[in-house]
Amino acid sequence: MLDGRMATRRRAGARLWLSAAWLLVVALAALLAPLIAPHDPLAQDLLLGRLPPVFMAGSEPGYLLGTDSLGRDVLSRMIYGARVALVVALAAGVATCLIGSALGLAAGFYRGWTDRIVGRLVDIWMAFPPVLFAILLIAVLGASLSSVVLAIIVIDWTRFCRVVRAETLNQSQMDYVNSARVAGFTRLRTLLTEILPNVMPVIVALLTLEMGIAVIVEAILSFVNLSVSTDAPTWGGMIAEGRIAIYQAWWVLAFPLVALFLTVLSFAQLGEGLRDRFDPVLR
Amino acid sequence: MSAFLEIRDLSARLRGTRERVLRSVSLQVPPGTVRGLVGESGAGKSMIGKAVLGVLPRAVEIVEGEILLEGDDLLKASPATRRRLIGAKTALVPQDPLTALNPSRRIGRQVTDRLVDILGWDKARATTRALEMLAEVRIQEPERVMRLYPHELSGGMRQRVLIAAAFAAEPKLIVADEPTTALDVTVQKQTLRLISELQARHGTALLFVTHDLGVVAKICDRLSVLYAGKVVEDTGVEKFFATPGHPYSAALLAATPRHTDPTSSLRPVPAAVLDAVGDEIAAADAAWRPHG
Repeated sequence: MLDGRMATRRRAGARLWLSAAWLLVVALAALLAPLIAPHDPLAQDLLLGRLPPVFMAGSEPGYLLGTDSLGRDVLSRMIYGARVALVVALAAGVATCLIGSALGLAAGFYRGWTDRIVGRLVDIWMAFPPVLFAILLIAVLGASLSSVVLAIIVIDWTRFCRVVRAETLNQSQMDYVNSARVAGFTRLRTLLTEILPNVMPVIVALLTLEMGIAVIVEAILSFVNLSVSTDAPTWGGMIAEGRIAIYQAWWVLAFPLVALFLTVLSFAQLGEGLRDRFDPVLR
Repeated sequence: MSAFLEIRDLSARLRGTRERVLRSVSLQVPPGTVRGLVGESGAGKSMIGKAVLGVLPRAVEIVEGEILLEGDDLLKASPATRRRLIGAKTALVPQDPLTALNPSRRIGRQVTDRLVDILGWDKARATTRALEMLAEVRIQEPERVMRLYPHELSGGMRQRVLIAAAFAAEPKLIVADEPTTALDVTVQKQTLRLISELQARHGTALLFVTHDLGVVAKICDRLSVLYAGKVVEDTGVEKFFATPGHPYSAALLAATPRHTDPTSSLRPVPAAVLDAVGDEIAAADAAWRPHG
């Protein structure tokens, strides 16, 4: 077809591939960390502290992105930090998506009591300040990877729930849903085959957005020392440590920050790109 | 049993109010005939069709009356039985072809779904039937169209697909809810002719909801004129156009714009006529006593 749709598709394509490429790099780094990290991320060498990255004067070969105040290799720590970031993004993103979407679909489709209960729950939930809520939760549960994931689920399911409910309501008004009822399909089947596929683009976009948010939340929690244990490298933890020596060794803070930024941006762009690709009307 | 569909004294109201949206509506549709439902916007035309198909909006509840489908009262049946009866014996041709097909599923599945999952046909037979029906509504290359998504078809084609889907299961009753309203004027006529043709060939009873008296003249056998949810006249089509039996019907007929005289201004229904119908309805409401 030769029409305007071609143009949007090509642009969406570039965005999709660029963000997918960066996420692939991060994923490979996470998977292959022990093989590709040039140094032990925990090995300290006080004689090699605060080495600048390789493109600056005074750098040491083998330490591509320099070292932090304790002489630990920044690149190796970033590679290991990608593991935590990705695990949190996947686990928290998918779990949040499943819980929030299921409740949103049920509320928007069945209406009535289901809708009222879910709706009130969301309203009450959203009145809590999210970050403080997460900090409180982790303080109670103890800092670990699983409490970080749990905290993100607990904070963020409402985002999915609200958006998915609204979209489900929207789809439920459509004539094809009526036709399915006339034909005698069960409510559940109508929900799964008529409504879900049409809500899916929204869910996918939200899911990738949520993965980005999960990475940020994990970084925030690391920053206040409430994520995984302090000796496991995380991007948020590196940023927190780098902050102390920012005037002497800015690279300790800057590189993880860039990685964080690119990852979150890529997740969001990936979502947009996927939506453009899988939305049958835009396709 | 004379009528396939018979509605007796059907009253419905907005939930939680005393305001009736359908006022003791009665009508019959014998097999193979076309019953038109005409009236202004909000007169309750579509509401009757929705009540028959069991898809009334949540805000509307049926207060009393009977909807008999081949003698079975849908309103007394259990929800499961009702769904089964409606699913097996009726079909809907909806108003807006743009929202009546699921945008994320291929045409073929949407036509065969009901045959396979509700009526228990095997896949091959359903596919053959779907191809046959698509050809019958004059869709070119039905095999190719079966694999397309709705957005790849024009509005007129989608409406024909919906007509094919409605007739595919050989329902005994089809409710057509303003099936030509959302179409271009140029395809309206063809679509109408197509529905009429299929209805005659398959001997289907048709409940045809429309505000267009020209359409009524072309395809209906009998019609009910509705005002504020009340049937003000139930008559044969020829008689209606020759000598309308109710002042409101006459005014409605006079209000129809005529293409033979395009310069004449529109003639709205006169206020005096509306007042008179209003009084009639108030009197009917006063006399109405809901019973169980």
